[in-house]
Amino acid sequence: MAEDVKEESVASNDESDQAASDGSLSNTMLTEGSCLLRRMEICVAEAEKRSGKNAVSMQETYTVYLVETRPIDAIAEGHNPPPDSLWRRYSEFELLRNYLIVTYPYIVVPPLPEKRAEFVWHKLSADNMDPDFVERRRIGLENFLLRVASHPVLSNNEMLYHFLTKEHGWKEMVYETGFQTKADSRLRALSATFRVRSPHKRLVEMKHYSDGLQSHTSQLLRARTRVADRLYAVYKVHGNYGRVFSEWSAIEKEMGDGLQSAGHHMDAYAASVDDILEEEEHYADQLKEYLSYAEALRAVCRKHELSQFELEMASQDLISKKQQLRTFSLKGMTNKLFGQEAPEQREAKLNLLEELIAEGEETVKEKTAECDEHAEKAWADIVRFKDQKDKDLQEALINYALMQISMCKKGIQVWNNAKECFLKM
Amino acid sequence: MSVGAPRGLASSGQKLITEILHPLSAAEEPLSPGHDVTISAEKDKQEPGLTNGTPLEISSPASASVLISRLQLDCELEADAHDPFGSGEPRDLFVTVDDPKKHVSTMETYITYRVSTKTTRIEFDLPEYSVRRRYQDFDWLRIKLEDSQPTHLVPPLPEKFVMKGVVDRFSEEFVDTRMKALDKFLKRVADHPVLSFNPHLNAFLTAKDLNKRQGLALLTKVGESVKNVAGGYKLRARPAEFCAMGEYLDTFSQKLGTIDRISQRILREQSEYLTELREYGAVYSAWAASEEQLQRPLEGVAGCVTTSCGALEDLSDNMSQDFLPVLREYVLYIESMKNVLRKRDQVQAEYEGRLEAAVLRKQEDRTPIPVEVEKCQDKVECFNADLKADWERWQRNKRQDFKQLLTGMADKNINYYEKSQAAWESLITLLQEKQTEDKTSDTN
Repeated sequence: MAEDVKEESVASNDESDQAASDGSLSNTMLTEGSCLLRRMEICVAEAEKRSGKNAVSMQETYTVYLVETRPIDAIAEGHNPPPDSLWRRYSEFELLRNYLIVTYPYIVVPPLPEKRAEFVWHKLSADNMDPDFVERRRIGLENFLLRVASHPVLSNNEMLYHFLTKEHGWKEMVYETGFQTKADSRLRALSATFRVRSPHKRLVEMKHYSDGLQSHTSQLLRARTRVADRLYAVYKVHGNYGRVFSEWSAIEKEMGDGLQSAGHHMDAYAASVDDILEEEEHYADQLKEYLSYAEALRAVCRKHELSQFELEMASQDLISKKQQLRTFSLKGMTNKLFGQEAPEQREAKLNLLEELIAEGEETVKEKTAECDEHAEKAWADIVRFKDQKDKDLQEALINYALMQISMCKKGIQVWNNAKECFLKM
Repeated sequence: MSVGAPRGLASSGQKLITEILHPLSAAEEPLSPGHDVTISAEKDKQEPGLTNGTPLEISSPASASVLISRLQLDCELEADAHDPFGSGEPRDLFVTVDDPKKHVSTMETYITYRVSTKTTRIEFDLPEYSVRRRYQDFDWLRIKLEDSQPTHLVPPLPEKFVMKGVVDRFSEEFVDTRMKALDKFLKRVADHPVLSFNPHLNAFLTAKDLNKRQGLALLTKVGESVKNVAGGYKLRARPAEFCAMGEYLDTFSQKLGTIDRISQRILREQSEYLTELREYGAVYSAWAASEEQLQRPLEGVAGCVTTSCGALEDLSDNMSQDFLPVLREYVLYIESMKNVLRKRDQVQAEYEGRLEAAVLRKQEDRTPIPVEVEKCQDKVECFNADLKADWERWQRNKRQDFKQLLTGMADKNINYYEKSQAAWESLITLLQEKQTEDKTSDTN
């Protein structure tokens, strides 16, 4: 699906083309070209191996990816400028994503392709340096950039723009925003268990949904891996027919030719499973994307819970301070009767308390606004995400069905060929 | 021993005896159906006993047959333009085995099968028969045939003993597989130009109650049982063609064994694949329950996976019930054939031994070669001729059988993929319809 979007952005800037992967985006998108992807063509063209010294001065090999960009209006005008390009490592993509997550806590941020190969069926390589893995990762990284650059909110981010255009010094720029400290403190808070008194109903439902989505996609990926392993075995064993038919044909007169040819078809049958399963990896990648998306969705819900919790804490704090004030006044009366405190000291304490209450009320007001804003924005993005998910996964299922049909057709063809040979025996 | 001699040999006086071909000479030519097999005045055809209704003697040292063989100067098969005994002849004996039924008595429980016969042969009193037989009866028949026709290849029966507890002798699958094999056995016997005229077969097909008592004694009534040949005769030189047959059978048997193992392995792998596939489908269903828009597509995929599972099960069942048994039966057939080859070797060895002894005696005291030695020579020549004829027929049948078997295997696999493809294609239609529905509702 990422390649579709890439193809479409190369071919034309038509709004309807955006509907393929962005769903309702085209309806909510502003026509002023606020989305980066409408102004700029983006792709991850190549991957290369590099060697160098890492942070602890040890030699390491890593892969870099070539990010190419071209301004769309230049293309539309008929020029064909060469693309600007720069090289990025996976870790830089990760940095960009973490930055976006912290900066837009209410947005379901598109995920990156997996860091390490998981859900691997046994013949597939689990090696990060394996060319097939690198190629699938290249596609995944491109997909990530396209999704981010077509997002109504994320696409306006400055750091994103610099990621695409400024090769050197970009990392420092990101660190300078100080997002890291915010990230750390948030992370700590999120991992703590806390209970919210009056949770946001719809967001809680979404959290439960994200848990379900996560468990279903991971179950599916695991089951698919097991099925792939078994399918591989079934096909490969048929190759043995090839050998034995060949040996048998040697002792036959009239039957020999037919048997021999049939044997070749059995070999072809056994070999065909490699391509079949390679193609299925694309389907697995689409599922993996939504497995990660489920996590992102959950994070948005949790962050709102955290805001809610902080709001409740602040409210609680305010209430207790007000309580203190009341007790203070009461105490004042008894003190008057029994004369324990100096009136100046009491005055000072009173003023402080009133200040704190005023601050507290400000805080509560801010936090309430923050919470509400977060909920509103989050819900808007969740709706967008739901639509995108439905369309993407439906298309993925259609593609999967097409793959199955292709597999069946190949099987029929091979067995028909073998049958013809048998008939000639 | 040849059984091709009609009683009224004199009636075939239209032909010179030297022009009468050995009854079982088979041709290499392709078979032409509906071939005229009546005795005619033409030179090159002789079909004793098949359609003139003359009842035949079996395996008696009929002088007529000896005469024919003696006068046939060379025992080589003449490549005849027409094949008198191939499957091109019009069939006049049809047998079927079906309708298994369980019988429970105090002593035992067993299965009987209905054996139906339709025939125009005069050896049978009625044109149609229907009797019930059990495996024991088939076994009896086979032993009788082997004993009375030692020079001929008798088709094999399915395995007699099954390990109780491992295989359910009364399960539908087992009974069905066994019945098909029994049917095949009987059809092969009925198709055989010599075996089909055996009176034991007649009794098997027609008698209400098989009198098996005499059959249980292994001695044949003729006493020509090759089993009684004294051992100790060593074969000097086996003719090359029989060596070749033996080698062929060894290799062929080996290859069939390999195919059997491969097929079993495939069945095992398919079974494991099926297990995983079922779980896989279930995950789609479970996911569908928690989705709204995606519910139908996910359920659809689950449905296709289930259909594929069913189709795969059918394929595997078919392989284990139809493919493997036939393969194994051929291994038994090969063993039977090897036995016949061994018997032939023994007969030849006996002849050579006696001949050597006789020659020595002749040299010593001028005793002429005794008749027994000549009889042995005849035996050898007839056995060789019978065997060669049977071999040709066996090869032809083998080719047909395997063509059918392997084509069947291909068909079943094609079937499986077709069913699966159909399911996925109807899902695509459904999903693509849904996609256009969604698009139109979006723009509205």
